[in-house]
Amino acid sequence: MIVEFFFWLFAAILLISATLVVTSKNPVHSVLFLILAFFNAAALFLIAGAEFLAMILVVVYVGAVAVLFLFVVMMLDIDFEQLRGGLQRYAGIGAAVGAALLIEFAIALGGWQLAPTAERVSFSPIPTNIGNTAALGRVLYTDYIFLFQASGLVLLVAMIGAIVLTLRDRKTSRHQNIRVQTGRTVAETLEVVSISLGAGTTRSGGFLRPKVEEAEPVPEPVHDDHGHH
Amino acid sequence: MTSVSLEHYLAVSGILLVIGVFGIFLNRKNVIIMLMAIELILLAVNLNLVAFSAALNDLAGQVMAMLVLTVAAAEAAIGLAIVLVYFRNRGSIQVEDVNLMKG
Repeated sequence: MIVEFFFWLFAAILLISATLVVTSKNPVHSVLFLILAFFNAAALFLIAGAEFLAMILVVVYVGAVAVLFLFVVMMLDIDFEQLRGGLQRYAGIGAAVGAALLIEFAIALGGWQLAPTAERVSFSPIPTNIGNTAALGRVLYTDYIFLFQASGLVLLVAMIGAIVLTLRDRKTSRHQNIRVQTGRTVAETLEVVSISLGAGTTRSGGFLRPKVEEAEPVPEPVHDDHGHH
Repeated sequence: MTSVSLEHYLAVSGILLVIGVFGIFLNRKNVIIMLMAIELILLAVNLNLVAFSAALNDLAGQVMAMLVLTVAAAEAAIGLAIVLVYFRNRGSIQVEDVNLMKG
């Protein structure tokens, strides 16, 4: 069967690239293998009939998350050779935990069957007359609207959190000092000079001139420990 | 589900999850690869949800998979932001250095 063949092909590539993600020496290679794994997972989603999720996986994971990983890996100047030092120390316990988990899964999968009544308690059966995307939209914006809004809230909190965490002011950045601005008076800036009749104003420097010749000194921005105001 | 049975999907996602857990243990020093391993685990969860959704003819699984995807994206963003701040402060991303505040 051709579908089965492609399923095993994509599954094999998915598992191999997932293994290479966690074992490869260079983190850039890890990210690229992660992208390959996401593509193959999207193919598996397509085989299962979840077309919209497959496309979302490609757009969100490959387009956003993996590229974010790539940016961070390339932005941080890390000696990656040094990071590989403790590999052997934890490989044994990792393999032990992994093997235990795998055996548990095998036991669970071996003695498992779907309850015969499971299909009857279906929350939102897949309609046959419309496509996957339309069907998903119909239930997402009606039955699952609160979950949808909650996920939007999660994304908002994540966005604000990421900005708050990574925003920093540099020493050279200039900030608005509202207290100084509103505390300014006219008398500090301008002075009224009385000129005798016919004397002209050029000798005393023109009409309105700044009282201080040089620019005002910019107060040093206050740096607190958190780096934001 | 067309011709691939649910058990095959479950086996693949189970192995994927085990690979993710193994990766967390293997890369104890590199936080970025640990985050990638967490992404793999969440991908296994998504695969499970989609497989059950197709097997039980229920769209709820796909909605849940979408929510898991949202949370995974948010988690990656926050995690990488924390890694960035940690790297700025310490100059390294070794997880074993994080016990600085341990008494």
